[in-house]
Amino acid sequence: MPHTQHPIELLRFNTCGSVDDGKSTLIGRLLYDSKSLMEDQVEALERSADLTGGGQINLANLTDGLRAEREQGITIDVAYRYFATPRRKFIVADTPGHVQYTRNMVTGASSANLSIVLVDARLGVIEQTRRHTYLAALLGIPHLIIAINKMDLVEWKQSRFQEIRAEIEAFLPKLGGFRDVKFMPLSALNGDNVVDYSKHTPWYEGPTLLGHLENVHIASDWNLTSFRFPVQWINRPHQPADKTLQGFHGLSGQVASGIVRRGQPVVVLPCGIKTAVKEIWTYDGPLAEAFCPQSVTLRLEHDLEVNRGDMLVGLDGLPGRSTELQAHVCWMHQRSLQPGKKYFLKHTTQTVSAVITEIKSRIDIITYEPEPNPTSLALNDIGVIKIHTSNPLVFDGYGQNRLTGSFILVEQGTNATVAAGMLHPPSEAAKPEYNDFAI
Amino acid sequence: MSNYHLDHLQHLETEAIHVMREVAAEFERPVLLFSGGKDSICLLRLAEKAFRPSDIPMPFLNIETGHEFPELITFRDFRAQELGAKLIVRTVEDAIARGVAVPSPGEISRNKLQTPALLGAIEEFQFDCCIGGARRDEEKARAKERFFSYRDAFGQWDPKNQRPEIWNLYNARVNPGENMRVFPLSNWTEMDVWEYIRKERLAVPTIYFTHERDCFRRGGQWIPVPPPHMDTAKPDPYAGARPKPSEPVRKLFVRVRTIADMISTGMIESPADSVDDIIAEVSAARVTERGSRADDKASEAAMEDRKKAGYF
Repeated sequence: MPHTQHPIELLRFNTCGSVDDGKSTLIGRLLYDSKSLMEDQVEALERSADLTGGGQINLANLTDGLRAEREQGITIDVAYRYFATPRRKFIVADTPGHVQYTRNMVTGASSANLSIVLVDARLGVIEQTRRHTYLAALLGIPHLIIAINKMDLVEWKQSRFQEIRAEIEAFLPKLGGFRDVKFMPLSALNGDNVVDYSKHTPWYEGPTLLGHLENVHIASDWNLTSFRFPVQWINRPHQPADKTLQGFHGLSGQVASGIVRRGQPVVVLPCGIKTAVKEIWTYDGPLAEAFCPQSVTLRLEHDLEVNRGDMLVGLDGLPGRSTELQAHVCWMHQRSLQPGKKYFLKHTTQTVSAVITEIKSRIDIITYEPEPNPTSLALNDIGVIKIHTSNPLVFDGYGQNRLTGSFILVEQGTNATVAAGMLHPPSEAAKPEYNDFAI
Repeated sequence: MSNYHLDHLQHLETEAIHVMREVAAEFERPVLLFSGGKDSICLLRLAEKAFRPSDIPMPFLNIETGHEFPELITFRDFRAQELGAKLIVRTVEDAIARGVAVPSPGEISRNKLQTPALLGAIEEFQFDCCIGGARRDEEKARAKERFFSYRDAFGQWDPKNQRPEIWNLYNARVNPGENMRVFPLSNWTEMDVWEYIRKERLAVPTIYFTHERDCFRRGGQWIPVPPPHMDTAKPDPYAGARPKPSEPVRKLFVRVRTIADMISTGMIESPADSVDDIIAEVSAARVTERGSRADDKASEAAMEDRKKAGYF
């Protein structure tokens, strides 16, 4: 693999907070102060300022792209923004704060390295703060920034900042999971501590927002421990012009975790047959090893019947294999969860039928306490459920592996995505019979 | 662990390959929209990386407005043939003749009419998925688009009711008559596209590089002078798009930054004659790529309105 001398890292983050916390303004400020805006964008801002902003430039107009959003001054859907500094490229998901749009927070945050939760310094911790912090922890986002915004409206009082910080630090241990948490006093509107240090916060010794985004350690965010390879597409050329490709049988997919080396023994699950990797094939030539999240095509020593949805795994740290699952779910649809109803469940590259057999609890997002045995889960509810599937899933707990521990539920008929699920760890590892090939 | 590290282009590449393989695995009749422009050139290389040594398991489709730059058409045909792919071409002209597309009186741009022509082709071939090269950084309404963007039986996009898209688990299910638009380059920027073209040594049509061309000033842009009207038995397809006496023609060294068709693409004055030059120019640019697209400037919600109607 060619290595550039100074590889530029990619950081994905999302911003969340309640209505009017200033999320869009904050992103606008980051883009504006890091000089990531072009003249025509600034011109367009000035044009719309004359129409809606009473003459003042409204940085939120940079991200609120839909007409209804500009008219109502709110963010309806996740908007993605891109900017770069010499050190990193950033993908920003601006996720709406409305209660009814929490599903978009999950959309925007599921693949993020980092979340920024905005808090209005005047209002302090509100229900949305607790919800978004909880969701960020539930989604396994490694890095968290609590941005205490609108500090200018509380006279930049350190005591107010400390008060909010203490309140959040009191409940963070209940959530667990974050690798690091940073608290920052900001004014997105005026640009304090966003790209440049504020002269109003001599008491603040931490980094600016951009400084932290550029420096937070993300190299170990990818899971390089146990090898997992969900088979995505069977690569079998028909009548290849190149005779050496006759009989080529490749398994294409993306490494979901770990590292695979040429010659390494692997097990095909769920069938449990053991074989070895003969070749790691790519368009750019064969590789000696491949790692998460590379997309490659693997050829096996034995010509096995392997299908999309099967998983190749290394011999150490085997995943679970079961039709009985337990998971946290975030319900994302107006039609509530109906126990006993059949849904499609998509997990890695396979789709199976699934029935929810029990709703064990609903999580109260204010206290983080579970309420046992609710009758249903409604839009934006988070709960713990038990699921029975038509075929066994080969899976890990979400805490160990975000890609082999996650699933979505799809309503049959409408095809609406109704839930995001995070699997609990398997009660026992798969015990393949090791049907070693008689060679 | 620094050996097990992908840079940003490698991250974008593996994400796009994953998306393309999901399309091949989940849809019955997918098609890849290939115009010959720089974004779809990247799509083709990603398709090679996703599917080789097999054939790319889907045909290519292009909707011509009839006002194309000839260099683009030549390049498109050459590249499709080189890859051994089936290229399907449908035209706005034909859609008008069949009554599927109806031009507004006095409107010379065919951009809006590409929508009914595309929907016609989707129906003709029963495509259930179209892969396109659109990027979220291009325009504000596109910034809200999903990787897998669901369209109802009328081809419409409903931005307020999009399917949540979580992790890399794409919900690809559509009912008969419905359609999915899939955008593997969603997270790419204009700069990423050029850096990828450089890294992969991809050929691009010559109009991306500086060349001498007759242009005239209209709407704050340098618009190329259309080819002469030869077949006078037919109406001039470029009527209204030719320079008026008040619009003097100048010979300039120009190139395109983004390509629509000849009457909605502004040329930029530039000496760039290599991909390196273009990358230097893009990084120093002070206006966005779509600043030179007349079709986006119609109103602040121009793109949103076209997308709701089924535009790409």
